[in-house]
Amino acid sequence: MPKITYKDHQGNSKTIDVDNGLSVMEGAIQKEIPGIDADCGGSMACATCHVYVSDEWINKISKPEDAEIDMIDMAYEPKKNSRLSCQIIVSDDLDGLEVTTPEKQT
Amino acid sequence: MKNTDVIIIGAGPVGLFAVHQLGIKGLKAVVIDNLDKAGGQCIELYPDKPIYDIPAVPECTGEQLTTRLLEQIKPFKTEFFLNERVDEVYKEKENWVVKTNNDKEFFAPNIIIAGGVGSFEPRKISLKEAEKFEGKSVFYAVKNKEQFKNKKISIFGGGDSALDWALELSKFSKITLIHRRNEFRGAQHTLSKIRKLEKEGKIFIKTPCQIVSLENDKELKSITLKYDDEKTEKIHTDVILGFFGLIMKLGPIAEWGLNMDKKTIGVSPKNFETNKKGIFAVGDICSYPGKLKLILSGFHEVALASVECFKRARPNEKYRFEFTTSSKTIQDRLGKK
Repeated sequence: MPKITYKDHQGNSKTIDVDNGLSVMEGAIQKEIPGIDADCGGSMACATCHVYVSDEWINKISKPEDAEIDMIDMAYEPKKNSRLSCQIIVSDDLDGLEVTTPEKQT
Repeated sequence: MKNTDVIIIGAGPVGLFAVHQLGIKGLKAVVIDNLDKAGGQCIELYPDKPIYDIPAVPECTGEQLTTRLLEQIKPFKTEFFLNERVDEVYKEKENWVVKTNNDKEFFAPNIIIAGGVGSFEPRKISLKEAEKFEGKSVFYAVKNKEQFKNKKISIFGGGDSALDWALELSKFSKITLIHRRNEFRGAQHTLSKIRKLEKEGKIFIKTPCQIVSLENDKELKSITLKYDDEKTEKIHTDVILGFFGLIMKLGPIAEWGLNMDKKTIGVSPKNFETNKKGIFAVGDICSYPGKLKLILSGFHEVALASVECFKRARPNEKYRFEFTTSSKTIQDRLGKK
């Protein structure tokens, strides 16, 4: 099972196993990782599962669609490596992925 | 103070259908919502997105769903109180009192909270100094455009609100439009008008950059932007308008003494009553074993909650379960002859 690392803005990190096919957001919610709210439940209708993807990974994961980029405009402190974690689907290729949660989501 | 049978908090699809389920039982309701229109997330977040799991409606958009629900509840002539956020809920004998941020008061034996994830509020600039100037020179909505005449205005955002106001206010003020990326998501025809004004030197566009500080003495003087390539630029500014979109905040709901679990309210799956008698929670905001955040689940929830509301609002009457196909009383209430 792929391992995903969630780091908070202070640098504390947790690595968990996430089933293939789940989103990075769902993995976090199931294991109660703090820092990801996911208010809309994964319908790309909010920006509260916002994460920063490490440089090493940003080009390895599938590119965001326009609707996701538009939604990231509404996130808290968006950066160039911002993604919505509900749109990153876990697969073996993502084993070792590291994401950082922002200071807050709303 | 307004008296009614049920106070519905939230005008999303589930709140609207609550009006229907209460209405066919002969109960009066009022609907309160913080947004300026009915529809909740359907209208605010995905008006154009198709929904495929409304029973018997193979496909409809968030806006269509809202329009149809409003049509369906028309016979009940329900009063809506929009732009009102419920701040306080407290008990007075056997009834509940609900108070809004504009000091409107409502009185009823029942409250149905159909609040989704809370109320929509504008996302704000996350700088401490910006907070200090909020309402003086930092704004997240335009209420009276006269106050923005002959000013140096920095407008933030990439959506329609930012573009529309940049265009409108450029008629009498100096506008700098600032966005975190080069692409604007607002209407392309508005954008081309703005690009034209940019060429004529009437609007300045700064991308891709974000605000890093505000400079002021007593008044706001300027702002500093930082570009993606780390360069910075100072812009003389009297007024900041931020249009970063709306975020959902649970807000005061958390303070009403309800059985909260994170951002949801625990309810009994029998009638969707909370730990407080006469307060119900339905739709995305409620939680019970197996809860699914689907519109169709919310419809089921209000149907059951409305029965309990009836019992509380009409303690001396016997509740009779009736079908819309055969009940003359319901058909009368729907204005069908």
